Amino acid sequence: MSIQLSDVRKSFTNDLVLDGVSLDIPTGETLVLFGPSGAGKTVLLRLIAGVIDPDGGRIIVNGADMEGVVPEDRGIGMAFQNFALFPHMDAHANIASPLTARRETRSGIKARVKEVATLLKIDHVLAHRPMELSNGQKQRTALGRALAAEPSILLLDDPLRNVDAKLRFEMRLELPRLLKEQNATVIFVTQDYKEAMALGDRIAVMGDSGIVQIGTPEEIYLRPSSTRIARLFGDPTINLLDVVPEIGAHGPIIQLSGREIAISGSYAGAVGQACSLGIRPEAIHFVEPGAPGAFPVEIEAETPLNEKTVTLAATRNNREILVSRPSGAPGPDRGSAHVAFDMGNALLFDLATGARMIGTDAPANEMSK
Amino acid sequence: MDQTSTLEKVLRRVAISLVILFFMFPIFWIVLMSFQTNETILRVPPSIVFEPTLSNYVALITGRLETQAGTLEVNFMSNLWNSLFLSAGSVAVGLILGIPAAYAFGRIKFRGSEDIAFTLLSFRFAPPLLVLLPLTIYFQKIGLADTYFGLIWVYQLIVLPLILWIVRGYFEDIPADIEYAYRIAGHSWFSTFRKVALPLAMPGIAAAGLLAFIFAWNNFIFALVLASADKQPVTVGALAFVTASGIQYGQVAAGIVLSILPTLALALYAQRYLVEGLSLGAVKG
Repeated sequence: MSIQLSDVRKSFTNDLVLDGVSLDIPTGETLVLFGPSGAGKTVLLRLIAGVIDPDGGRIIVNGADMEGVVPEDRGIGMAFQNFALFPHMDAHANIASPLTARRETRSGIKARVKEVATLLKIDHVLAHRPMELSNGQKQRTALGRALAAEPSILLLDDPLRNVDAKLRFEMRLELPRLLKEQNATVIFVTQDYKEAMALGDRIAVMGDSGIVQIGTPEEIYLRPSSTRIARLFGDPTINLLDVVPEIGAHGPIIQLSGREIAISGSYAGAVGQACSLGIRPEAIHFVEPGAPGAFPVEIEAETPLNEKTVTLAATRNNREILVSRPSGAPGPDRGSAHVAFDMGNALLFDLATGARMIGTDAPANEMSK
Repeated sequence: MDQTSTLEKVLRRVAISLVILFFMFPIFWIVLMSFQTNETILRVPPSIVFEPTLSNYVALITGRLETQAGTLEVNFMSNLWNSLFLSAGSVAVGLILGIPAAYAFGRIKFRGSEDIAFTLLSFRFAPPLLVLLPLTIYFQKIGLADTYFGLIWVYQLIVLPLILWIVRGYFEDIPADIEYAYRIAGHSWFSTFRKVALPLAMPGIAAAGLLAFIFAWNNFIFALVLASADKQPVTVGALAFVTASGIQYGQVAAGIVLSILPTLALALYAQRYLVEGLSLGAVKG
């Protein structure tokens, strides 16, 4: 079932949480709500679930306006961040709760609970109460409860937040398959950008009482609409260098360590403006001194991570940049070196507002490389 | 180290024994008294060596009190029954009214909810006698004086605020998400109240019920003013032992022992609900 939100507003006492949120989620899509805590992700889920009412705007599920529809009639499955299991019921009764509400037969309920529990690998702890379950088992029980009635809409509120790293990694791999099997429309809340990129068909980035950008994981990563979003995605974080584009011999250029580096001609409008050049650490490469676009840096520190090596280097103007390369790829670990920017992946942001500057020749949803 | 810890243990035990002795001694003494005649009780110096007699209990149960001045009728057993009926009835009515109200005050923030809850608590601020005098006149006018119904109603002044405020706290302690989860699973709010909120607040309900029962049981002034002999509880009925020929200490003691028993039984019964942990393991942890 599809979900449409139009101009949904919600505030608590004097705190404006959602200021006119509009969203359109087609049937079967997994939309990730991503943003820092306090951005209103959970509030949005609760509004859709119907446990709190919006101050204004419309929530439409599969064409029907949800105003005045009580939570039990919305046909939604939800998993809570804190699990919210029923402490006085065993795992079986917890998972069965959406089924008992529909007055299914005892044997039917039992079979379905067994099926869900087997899928989630908790069939051996069905007789345990929540307090006897490990965090991972609690999380799976909560997920099982949300899935049991095969709802066509699933709201998952950061369900992997309170589980350990190993299980989180496993679930991040398993969940997409599970969700596809359900064939449900899913809204998944998370604060982990990797989780967002792994699970979402689209990602809606929340901040400042609303959605600040919505797009595919690739779009969000490669074309973030502001420096703030750019910084939220990616580890190590994006390099942001203050520059002022100038007119060069063949089009707009920027000055880096005394070298002129050409930028896309479409940014001609930015000439003379104070900008931020955003470039991901993996779009910077160590090169030979004579290579095109090369400029000198001093290496300050190197951090070998398992799958990549991150180098902190200083430019001649003493600006620090992070360079990331796959582990094993050759590169200097101390002293002087030269780097070049992959300018195709460089972004220009307005220094004052942080908003990304869109080149004149770029389409609205440009360059999904 | 070992020696000091042994010394510590001994001292601790002695201290605990002293405390228990201090608090239990009156009850112990009363139990002893209930098995003695007035003569042995009033013996100087007192002694714990005596020939036990069941005459006090027999007198209470048969309702015939033998004194030097002759035989007196006491209806202690009917007083005991009155106490039981009034206390249990009041607590039952208090729970039926108080639990839904506590849930409403705890969960739904409506206009004036705090004021109403506070007003209900304020019933307990005024000295009972001050409330009772006008009430007596009302009750006589509308025919509620000296009825069980009227008494149970007035007892709500004692039990209702108690139940309301204790149970409300327990409802507030249940994470709202647990109830939301049950609603979203497809259950109505009433079924959520019955299957989730009530069981999780059960320790609080048991504690409030027990406490309300004890308060109602020990009430003296309401029944003294509003009830006649045939509706009086043991607290008022015990006055009958202050007879023309002196205070019947033995019977008073036996009466106390008998009137402790129902509350004791209830406390032992309620204990299993009291110890059950509230929302242990419900949320992350």
